[in-house]
Amino acid sequence: MNKLISIEEAVSKVKDGMTVMVGGFLACGSPKKLIDALVESGVKDLTLICNDTAFPDQAVGKMIVNKQFKKVIVSHIGTNPETGRQMNAGETEVELVPQGTLAERIRCGGFGLGGVLTPTGIGTEAEDEKQRINVDGKIYLLETPLKADIALLHGSKVDKRGNVFYNATTRNFNPLMAMAAETVIVEAEEIVEIGEIDPNCVATPFKFVSYIIGGEK
Amino acid sequence: MALDKNQVKEVIAKRVALELNDGDLVNLGIGLPTLVANYIPEGVEVFFQSENGLIGLGPVPEKGQEDWDLTNAGGQPVTLLTGGCYFDSATSFGIIRGGHVDATVLGALEVDEKGNLANWKVPGKMVPGMGGAMDLTVGAKKVIIAMQHTQKGEHKILKECTLPLTAKQQVDLIVTEMAVIEVTHEGLVLKEIGPDTTVADVVAATGATLIIPEDIKSFNL
Repeated sequence: MNKLISIEEAVSKVKDGMTVMVGGFLACGSPKKLIDALVESGVKDLTLICNDTAFPDQAVGKMIVNKQFKKVIVSHIGTNPETGRQMNAGETEVELVPQGTLAERIRCGGFGLGGVLTPTGIGTEAEDEKQRINVDGKIYLLETPLKADIALLHGSKVDKRGNVFYNATTRNFNPLMAMAAETVIVEAEEIVEIGEIDPNCVATPFKFVSYIIGGEK
Repeated sequence: MALDKNQVKEVIAKRVALELNDGDLVNLGIGLPTLVANYIPEGVEVFFQSENGLIGLGPVPEKGQEDWDLTNAGGQPVTLLTGGCYFDSATSFGIIRGGHVDATVLGALEVDEKGNLANWKVPGKMVPGMGGAMDLTVGAKKVIIAMQHTQKGEHKILKECTLPLTAKQQVDLIVTEMAVIEVTHEGLVLKEIGPDTTVADVVAATGATLIIPEDIKSFNL
């Protein structure tokens, strides 16, 4: 199966109203070319699941500025003042989730779990109306899985079958999101032949990757 | 003589550094806490985690040597020390939530007598989000707050936090330029006072009841 597609084909798979996971942590490990193309496309009313909303001029932050999201589910918006402005003006719904809880909710989505019990957020606004569960005398919050229609990820090296290697701190949420979406598009910095990535270094097995773009390096 | 802003930060960072033990895995928050890394005492080896996915945080790279695949939790380029390692966000927060981080050093807007912390939201004004702070406070073995004692004269150490909480009853130690205060079941215990300060000054600058033992040490670093 040929997974290599053009950036235009990739953009056409992101449709108005979809829930989209985007890999990266403050733009490090985000699929930047694909995001630029999505800004151009004007696709809208998306729900974003991402660690943060980056910076106004970088990565997913550009889509915030371009008002392409109706809702964002993130752990941090402090580096992109436009997100805060849209939130206060009632233009974009913002659900803030503790970072470790966000990672676990995405993991649950991909791992076939009905949720996770965490002590994080008890007695804070993050608790909201979540169910408290007592396990051996300790109280936890029940956090539910997150899934997406499509995940837009970055890979440092991707082989033609779809095995992904992430360099340094570009890994972050990428391998978790790769398992939690219907369709997974990886923007590769470098596309290599099957067998060229040391199997020990594959952090996302090919099975999870639907399409590969990029590879200009 | 009053300390200037940089001296205040230096005093706090140096005093916090003394709390870290050889072999500790430590996570430093953004801002003032980051400075702690500059003052680790000789002979103490501490490993720093950055929650975006690494242990073994090294110095800031020289200009022109930045590798944008290698950043810290503030999105800035960093380096990795020899023997360091990378991992994904679920592992990173498993390390944090699972109790494998020996100490975290965080800033605060408010801390109170019960060890409650508020540092992620000022409703209607500033809502950066909690990022990893809620997980760090719940998971780290020791939660150290590093902050200026007051904010433009306003109390930050209070009977009860007024801002939305980051965590309930998780703070262990508060280090300011004026004092080292331990959070205990009985309340806040004044352990040390800072340079050019008196106990009366500290009490006046604190909006909570302080338990004042007879043997208060002074730190001047």
